[in-house]
Amino acid sequence: MLLAGAEHFVRAPQWTWFILGYFFFAGLSGGSYAVASLLRLAGDPRDEPAARIGFYMSFLALLLCPVLLTIDLGAGWTRFWHMLVDVTPGNQSLIFKYWSPMSVGAWALFVFGLFAFVSALESFILDRRRDAVARPIGGPVGLLFNIVGAILALFLASYTGVLLSVSNQPVWSDTWTLGGLFLASGLGGAAALIAWLTRYRVEAAFSVDRLHLAGGYFSVLELVLLVAFFVTVAMAGSVGRTLPLLPLWALALVGIASALVGARRRATLQPAGGAAVMARTGTNTVIIALLVLIGVVALRAAVIFSAQ
Amino acid sequence: MATINPGESYGFFTDTSICIGCKACEVACKEWNQLQGDAPAFLADSYDNTGQLDAQNWRHVKFYDKVPDAVTTTGNGTAWLMMSDVCKHCKHASCMEVCPTGAIIRTEFDTVFIQQDVCNGCRNCVAACPYSVIGMNQATGTAHKCTMCYDRLQGGMQPACAKACPTQSIQFGPLAELQQAADTRLAALHTQGVTQAQLYGRDDAVYGGLNAFFLLMDKPEAYGLPDASNAVLPSRNNFGGYLAAFATAVLAAIAGVVAFRRRVTG
Repeated sequence: MLLAGAEHFVRAPQWTWFILGYFFFAGLSGGSYAVASLLRLAGDPRDEPAARIGFYMSFLALLLCPVLLTIDLGAGWTRFWHMLVDVTPGNQSLIFKYWSPMSVGAWALFVFGLFAFVSALESFILDRRRDAVARPIGGPVGLLFNIVGAILALFLASYTGVLLSVSNQPVWSDTWTLGGLFLASGLGGAAALIAWLTRYRVEAAFSVDRLHLAGGYFSVLELVLLVAFFVTVAMAGSVGRTLPLLPLWALALVGIASALVGARRRATLQPAGGAAVMARTGTNTVIIALLVLIGVVALRAAVIFSAQ
Repeated sequence: MATINPGESYGFFTDTSICIGCKACEVACKEWNQLQGDAPAFLADSYDNTGQLDAQNWRHVKFYDKVPDAVTTTGNGTAWLMMSDVCKHCKHASCMEVCPTGAIIRTEFDTVFIQQDVCNGCRNCVAACPYSVIGMNQATGTAHKCTMCYDRLQGGMQPACAKACPTQSIQFGPLAELQQAADTRLAALHTQGVTQAQLYGRDDAVYGGLNAFFLLMDKPEAYGLPDASNAVLPSRNNFGGYLAAFATAVLAAIAGVVAFRRRVTG
């Protein structure tokens, strides 16, 4: 039985294109770091080149995040730093409200930025010194660094969904799924992006099949959460608001389906001949990656515009 | 009225049963707070040409046309419902809860106030306010709403809207006194057979109680107000949202390990 329709008399916050851009790049940045860390920590030593692609992409995507958020503030853009510092006269101090996802997210973005920068820099140093085997941040410290960074990355890729839910907006506040949904989508997009970029790094081609496989798993998670999203929103009586955005939902589904097709084709891993795999890192990977990334954007756009 | 003392709770009691829709409150509010108002527009919505509460309209007289097509009764004063809407200055304020900058504070008069020099225009409060009260001023890049004439209170004066209201539909004063007055008025209406009259925000059922509460002549929903079951805080979704994200993160990490540890021959 459906629950009674939720009543919302709230105004839309006009979080539109810049926020959509931020959600996309935050998802990719967090997702890339997490996938790169998994490749480095759980994968084969031959996965290291692909992991470095992930660390580079994480940092590059992250660079755009504060820019988009600051532009979105409009005339208040010079006060972007008020997210971290309370400037109330007589009460100046750092501000952190654990119950406000926007406050937690601002700190997560700031702290994760340090991890993303250091990991990208480390990858750059390792790439420049091809003869060097040891990581600049090696041993248990390096392990801990990547684990903490990956946890922050997972948070960054997911909190944007929780931020939407922690509101009184229709659709957004009617479901608990958005944090997980954005995370699964961000991870899937990151796996597809890294797989795509292995085209430009011969030694990283070893990881292509594994990335497609991981992307398939992430997409299964995303699909399950997408179903849960529609069920929860339907139970709240808000599903009608999402229906006009059917083309966007369709694109999101195409992205999920593309990742699943990519994973299925690679489910049986081939002998790890770099050249052999490289030969298959062709047009199909690019097409799959593009469709998955379009799906990542479409999913966020559908959610954002459902309430506005 | 008596002196206004910091440290005491103040509020509005808006009695919609005697509102005549004159909009003197809107004018007084704009006059005192130097609000320019939005560009004039024909809304084709009853006698309402203000439209909504926003950055330029901190008071808004809502009009609800309930005149029946065929006259069957005298209406008992409910054929037209008029309500001077305003920020509710909730005890448990959704806007204050989510504000990441600390710009939204509770004043010494127990009202909710947006510090303009602290707000950075993130609009999280707009997304959270269940009454659609807060609006963005694009020129300043900050969120605006009723301050309950904070500056007037500091000067010992009652808010401009309450002072201007010709029927005393808007009453200002210490919250306890207003609640007592509201109870008396409600009892009088019920005695007269106006059983549909009800108080909204008088007790703690809605956001812990509202400092700006109302006597309504219909259900809250008719006035665009969430009823007690729908008056929920944004933070209710923190646990479920983070739990789902955490579970997804764990499953995704396991999936990643399975995918990346898959044995490869050769």
